[in-house]
Amino acid sequence: MMVTLSHYLTLSALLFTISIAGIFLNRKNVIVLLMCVELLLLAVNFNFIAFSRYLDDPAGQVFVFFILTVAAAESAIGLAILVVLFRSRRSINVQELDVLKG
Amino acid sequence: MFTTFLFYALSTVLLAAAIGVITARNPVYAALFLILAFVASAVLWLLLEAEFLAIVLVLVYVGAVMVLFLFVVMMLDINVTTMREGFLRYAPVGAIVAGIIVLELAYVIWFRSDGLPVGAQLVPRDGAYSSTEELGKVLYTQYLYPFELAGMLLLLAIVAAILLTMRHRPGLKVQDVAEQVKVQRGDRVRMVQMKSESE
Repeated sequence: MMVTLSHYLTLSALLFTISIAGIFLNRKNVIVLLMCVELLLLAVNFNFIAFSRYLDDPAGQVFVFFILTVAAAESAIGLAILVVLFRSRRSINVQELDVLKG
Repeated sequence: MFTTFLFYALSTVLLAAAIGVITARNPVYAALFLILAFVASAVLWLLLEAEFLAIVLVLVYVGAVMVLFLFVVMMLDINVTTMREGFLRYAPVGAIVAGIIVLELAYVIWFRSDGLPVGAQLVPRDGAYSSTEELGKVLYTQYLYPFELAGMLLLLAIVAAILLTMRHRPGLKVQDVAEQVKVQRGDRVRMVQMKSESE
């Protein structure tokens, strides 16, 4: 039995689902939320690479390249915001972030 | 056959690591599990013959992004117990949403995949094929402008991250470059006229 495209799609779907569940479970901890977003993007990248290989089109890998770029920028800025946030509030609890609440 | 075995073994590791990320009590363990997940997916990408991206995943993610995560986790003083409040309370909601997404994705993958080679066998490529070369050919011709935009985006991320975390503490002895450049001769040197005191 060989590994087919549907194997990879199923794996990526499972990974995506686990990350979505993680966002719900860890809704207080911003760091783990950022990690879950990274896992989501990884699942999407899996789909792109699998389709690129099985449809024999290198354009899918270009998209993965760009997604990796954007994800790296996103996590760098997200963590920078997190550090600034912790400096001013001494906490990274999502529920305490209600400064803008009227 | 060996490929199939590798696929199942690495998939198990990847999914177990993902579950570890979302359930770990300590954020440091979550970060380490995430590193394991990235390494397992890099090897799976090697199975899909995407060598360049697999190496990039290891270098950029394991080497840079996850180190950043670990640094931030260690710098912040996180109270783990308050962070875990509501973990079990939100578990049913998370399970329901995850179940809905599983159903949707299963429907898409198994019933709406007409025209896609979902059951196709992978044709092995010959040894002369290089996925890095193919990627480069597309990236530097058809996707040249997006590629340069990605470079701009990374520069923007560097500037934004540095600007956000730079802190001006009062009383710190630092050089003010603008003041240094602006200085005139008269600010530093004072010419005095005096009589010669020698014989």
